[in-house]
Amino acid sequence: MFSLVTFIPRAIVQSVPLLLGCVGETLNEKSGSLNLGIPGVMYVGAISGVIGSFIYENSASTFNPVIGVIIPILACMLGSFLMGLLFCFLTVTLRANQNVTGLAMTTFGVGFGNFFGGSIIKLTGAEVPSIALSATSKAFKASLPFAGKLGVVGKLLFSYSFMTYVAIAIAFYTAYMLNKTRVGLELRAVGENPATADAAGINITKYKYSAICIGCMIAGLGGLYYVLDYASGVWSNDAFGDRGWLAIALVIFSIWRPNWAIWESMLFGGLYILYLYIPTGTNFAMKEIYKMLPYLVTIIVLIGISLRNKHENQPPEGLGLPYFREDR
Amino acid sequence: MQDSRTPAVSMRNITKVFGSIVANHNVNLDIYRGEILSLLGENGSGKTTLMNMLSGIYFPDDGEIMMDGEPVMISSPKDAFDHGIGMIHQHFKLVNVFSAAQNIILGINEAEGKKVKGFSKLDMEAASKRIREICDLYGFDVDPDQKVYDMSVSQKQTVEIVKVLFRGADILILDEPTAVLTPQETEKLFAVLRNMKADGKTVIIITHKLHEVEAISDKVAILRKGEYIGTLITKETNAQEMTNMMVGREVKLNINRPEPKNVRPRLEIKGLTVKTDDGITKLDDVSFTANTGEVLGIAGISGCGQKELLEAIAGLQPIEKGEIDYVEDDGKRVNLVGMDPIKIDMLGVSLAFVPEDRLGMGLVANMDLADNMMLRSFRRKGSIAGFTDRETPRKLAEKVVDELEVVTPSIGTPVRRLSGGNVQKVLVGREIAMNPTVLMSAYAVRGLDINASYMIYDLINQQKERGVAVVFVGEDLDVLLELSDRILVLCGGKVSGIVDGRKTDKNELGLLMTKLGGGEVG
Repeated sequence: MFSLVTFIPRAIVQSVPLLLGCVGETLNEKSGSLNLGIPGVMYVGAISGVIGSFIYENSASTFNPVIGVIIPILACMLGSFLMGLLFCFLTVTLRANQNVTGLAMTTFGVGFGNFFGGSIIKLTGAEVPSIALSATSKAFKASLPFAGKLGVVGKLLFSYSFMTYVAIAIAFYTAYMLNKTRVGLELRAVGENPATADAAGINITKYKYSAICIGCMIAGLGGLYYVLDYASGVWSNDAFGDRGWLAIALVIFSIWRPNWAIWESMLFGGLYILYLYIPTGTNFAMKEIYKMLPYLVTIIVLIGISLRNKHENQPPEGLGLPYFREDR
Repeated sequence: MQDSRTPAVSMRNITKVFGSIVANHNVNLDIYRGEILSLLGENGSGKTTLMNMLSGIYFPDDGEIMMDGEPVMISSPKDAFDHGIGMIHQHFKLVNVFSAAQNIILGINEAEGKKVKGFSKLDMEAASKRIREICDLYGFDVDPDQKVYDMSVSQKQTVEIVKVLFRGADILILDEPTAVLTPQETEKLFAVLRNMKADGKTVIIITHKLHEVEAISDKVAILRKGEYIGTLITKETNAQEMTNMMVGREVKLNINRPEPKNVRPRLEIKGLTVKTDDGITKLDDVSFTANTGEVLGIAGISGCGQKELLEAIAGLQPIEKGEIDYVEDDGKRVNLVGMDPIKIDMLGVSLAFVPEDRLGMGLVANMDLADNMMLRSFRRKGSIAGFTDRETPRKLAEKVVDELEVVTPSIGTPVRRLSGGNVQKVLVGREIAMNPTVLMSAYAVRGLDINASYMIYDLINQQKERGVAVVFVGEDLDVLLELSDRILVLCGGKVSGIVDGRKTDKNELGLLMTKLGGGEVG
């Protein structure tokens, strides 16, 4: 039977990778970079974390949960940071086409993830094509001890692992930073109209590099969460699926507002798993149609914002365009 | 010219090269405090480049800049602000989705001596308060919370000026500030500039309009082809002398106006009404006749329906109601209502249209000269089985470059690389080459220097003498009065009068421009 109390937590758990990916991509886009490499960045973030925790689990004599959490996070952030740096170097410094670079990076990232994932699977000599990092995952999945005692409220609000709250905090802070602080104003100016920002004495390159790299690191955490938390530490190739693209779609759905993305990622998460809750029996076609829902919603939102044509809801004006000061 | 004072800014032997083009060569310029200096020169004479070096956009390849006698390094816009130099660029540097206040404080990391921390909350209240103080001091009208996309051109410019003053600039550089303003707005701007001068600020205004030089400046410095020609005291010179220095040879400052010959109605417009998608009336019951061999000038404050009128005739605007009749030589009438440009062309009606938006509607910026010529001809003869004839447009491009003295590296250069005047010549050249019977042009000389402008006026007169019905939308009343045989004045989408270009004057036109629609025009 369909029960909201079980459905909502499942949707929220599902939403975290989307939210982190979306906040990361929003930071990218606010700096004027349409980074279609985000799905690849999330893959690389995930596999980097897996590699980190694999090495730690297999080398440490006793497993310390705190170190077991910190090592994958650092490894993940390093991996996604390097991906971000690559994107910056190609699109900001060399002014390569952002779309082409991004798509190439997604292809690369997925391949990179699957290659190292496959290598580790071979190393473990497992029977099934997957790695299970159960100790690390247990550390990641730890939730507040009192949550179970609070009934429905506890289940809906406090039953999640720490990364869920971290993701929501990151989203809220990013929204605050973008809208209220000087750095946010300057970053938005860079994405809207780089020539204007430049004339106002703002260092365009610095802002673009920072926003893209930090955005990629946040997005990478989304990939990490998926493997070590949602998937209980089980890496299998291609399991991450199309969540990276969904995160990019979510940027549009949230009309570039990370604080809205929190609720909308939950909606997306819900739509993404809705097919599991609606009895379709063996009708696989219906399942696929349900899986399509998040994208359908995105298209409807796109139509909506294009029709309303409100300036605040449009993508940053400089999105996708390289900037060169002495270009005449 | 000697002056015992130390110049506020002194540029010494400044040279700047872009690739193979020398934009400035050994330029020397002195600017004194409390003065308004006009920087005069044709398009491409290096005025903007020179000032961009003062404002930190470009860095000089050679030479030095001194302020109050001390050499300074200006390598970024921030350095320029630190030295009290602020520039208002021709293309506004404003973020559309930001409010006026957000634009004004953009990039400032110090307010009232205190550092503004990057990640703490911005104090918009304090910023708005200071903006209001500046506005009160100089007589600006700015709402700090208004979004830039909601502003008129003149409001945007005001925000730009306030932005510069907010940063404490006492040397202001304005790059062709009046190019986009109506005469009334220009007057307002000049009043503000005079207030600033009275407050001890130094103002440099880049322009190529002589009457503005005379109206506002104390001194005028002249550049020609990247070189400094000289500085004159405005009161002691005259338009002819300035033009000669600017162009480097004698230029006749009168526009020729041949008597119209063989005048017959060509376009008859009756009760034309056009509404926007939102239901706002842009043209209301407009009726007039454009005759062969005659220039019909169209005057009006910008946004009074000029654009819609030409677009409606060209078949680019849906028409609410009214008649547009094209009268052929034998008196046969063709109704153009509801036709698109292709259908109009197929009827054999040769309408040439030089739109206001040259690189949007007129030409394709990323295509080269020859391909842009082809846009008009590819559908016509010479194309066999879907293959286009590239030879004829190429020859036409060569001819236009040759006859109109278009400055371009080759006809294979994308038009976006050309300067405004040359782009306009390409466009006008193409339109004239199709032997039109009606030539419509909107703001044909906007942004063009004297030399290029006069060439366009000559072309228009040639067409008129060929018997073309010319419709000329203009903003400079002096030019309209010298060029047009009749002038139709639009006011808030209505015709407020059609007057004889030889008998009327600026006053009458000014009155007509603001006569109707009272509240709307303000």
